[in-house]
Amino acid sequence: MKNFGGPVLFLDRDDINTDEIIPARYLTEITKEDLKPYLLEDLNLPGFDPKGPVTRAARVIVTRANFGCGSSREHAPWVLEVNGITAVIAESFARIFRQNMFNCGLAAIELPKEQVDRIFSHAEKADVSIEVNIEAQTIVVKGGGNAETFPVTISPFDRALLLAGGWVDYADKKY
Amino acid sequence: MGKTTAEKIFNAHLIDEPFPGTKVLRIDVVMCHEITTPIAIADLIQRDKDRVFDTTKIKAVIDHVTPSKDTKTATQAKILRDWARRHSIKDFFDVGANGVCHALFPEKGFIRPGYTVIMGDSHTCTHGAFGAFAAGVGTTDLEVGILKGVCAFREPKTIRINLNGSLSKGVYAKDVILYVIGQLGVNGATDRVLEFRGPVVEAMTMESRMTLSNMAIEAGGTSGICMPDQVTVNYLWPFIAQDYASKEAAVADFRKLWSDEDAGYDKVFDFDVTTLEPMVTYGYKPDQVKPVTEMAGTPVDQVYLGSCTNGRLEDLRIAAGILKGKKIASTVRGILSPATPKVFQDAMKEGLMDIFMDAGFCVTNPTCGACLGMSTGVIAEGEVCAATTNRNFRGRMGKGGMVHLMSPACSAATAIEGKIADPRKYLP
Repeated sequence: MKNFGGPVLFLDRDDINTDEIIPARYLTEITKEDLKPYLLEDLNLPGFDPKGPVTRAARVIVTRANFGCGSSREHAPWVLEVNGITAVIAESFARIFRQNMFNCGLAAIELPKEQVDRIFSHAEKADVSIEVNIEAQTIVVKGGGNAETFPVTISPFDRALLLAGGWVDYADKKY
Repeated sequence: MGKTTAEKIFNAHLIDEPFPGTKVLRIDVVMCHEITTPIAIADLIQRDKDRVFDTTKIKAVIDHVTPSKDTKTATQAKILRDWARRHSIKDFFDVGANGVCHALFPEKGFIRPGYTVIMGDSHTCTHGAFGAFAAGVGTTDLEVGILKGVCAFREPKTIRINLNGSLSKGVYAKDVILYVIGQLGVNGATDRVLEFRGPVVEAMTMESRMTLSNMAIEAGGTSGICMPDQVTVNYLWPFIAQDYASKEAAVADFRKLWSDEDAGYDKVFDFDVTTLEPMVTYGYKPDQVKPVTEMAGTPVDQVYLGSCTNGRLEDLRIAAGILKGKKIASTVRGILSPATPKVFQDAMKEGLMDIFMDAGFCVTNPTCGACLGMSTGVIAEGEVCAATTNRNFRGRMGKGGMVHLMSPACSAATAIEGKIADPRKYLP
């Protein structure tokens, strides 16, 4: 199984939609790799730089409620994946986006608002990173020489998809 | 305890429950378009599994950018076209026969009460209007659907929306669903099925019910379901006449799919829509809605009439009724995209196209194009579009542009004035 962790990109807003994650004008690309330059290009968030070093180094996104709402486009998880982002931690997700993440073998982890607030309290630290342990169902937030562990719940089906490497491999063996 | 329509459909299609709460369903209709399907096809080829589970249960259309506008979109169309031919998929709709998927496929009679339907398109929830469970999915779910005819869902919880009273003149299904989304919020129905009930829904045509169900996703809903009744049977009769002795028999059969009286709901909302006004969105989320009286006077650069939400004949008739004998404002571009070739032809036969064109509208071929800012009506930075579509995200119809969602009637009134206008003063 892939490693779900690394430097964090904090996106402090509710309802970040799939048009912001990957605008429709790029849906004419027919390989996932071709999407790479357009990550979060239209994100409406003051101070956010889609080409900046924090965005480019990110392996984990931490964000708020209803992340990935809108279109069914799997281009949204794909543009994360080709940019090395393997996990999104949020207060909640839109259904299709969440399923697309696990179907691709990427992690969409929901945490209560209070815990997301605690993770956001680390946001100002320069070296903040998150380790996601799927089997142990924990995330460890590291930064400024400290580490804080949060238990998380990933449904047995979603865990099975991550272990199988995605839904196609899982379904092909089983159905 | 009784069961909801969604629970009945799930039970009838359940093939596996690998974990508690995860239901793997047999899928009756897998629908494909040229934006989200090509990567599924490429992946199947790469896996040496370029197969389809059932050529009669797969429907495909080129609709998002059509006719193709450049090499990239032509390539997407070609991948879908070649695949449909390779697998002898009979129900494939190419240039000349193509239209917006969620208008075209119901019109062809592909959707029936009790069916399970998936497509790589979020507005697949539209088809719940027929008493089906229809859900938008991503490309991987679509790929597995194409290969295996199955899809996994969480246990369906249902929110019941009782629409009571009756609609005033000038107020339509679009206004109702905008109001409902405003009440629920953009994630108020996440992981839930929205079930539309009550006298207002019963009085609606299938076109109006499709408008309701179409926007369930804008509240986060998995599907928007209406109870299949006489109206449903009348719409589907050309396609189901051979299956039933009479329309009454079909109505009785579909009645079995209705949610039981003692079904368990996650939530129940009662809305009396008798005093509801025409509604318009004001922000960048579909739950940011206001009565048109509070929005009137807002200038717009373009009016777009079309899409899977409001591009059907009923919508064109309503808008034409307001535009008849009038001109749109000189400051506005009016664009009409009839949703299907049949809608286009029927509108021509009725003389509606003359009304639109005399008023100054540009009529395009059937396509999703402008709704998601891909073609035939993209707006420029800083421009504002009044649209009968379903999504007003920032930049949705063009980077840096703004969209106000509204009914076809409201869009027609807005076109006349060049600014958001109350349609009620123009009603014939």
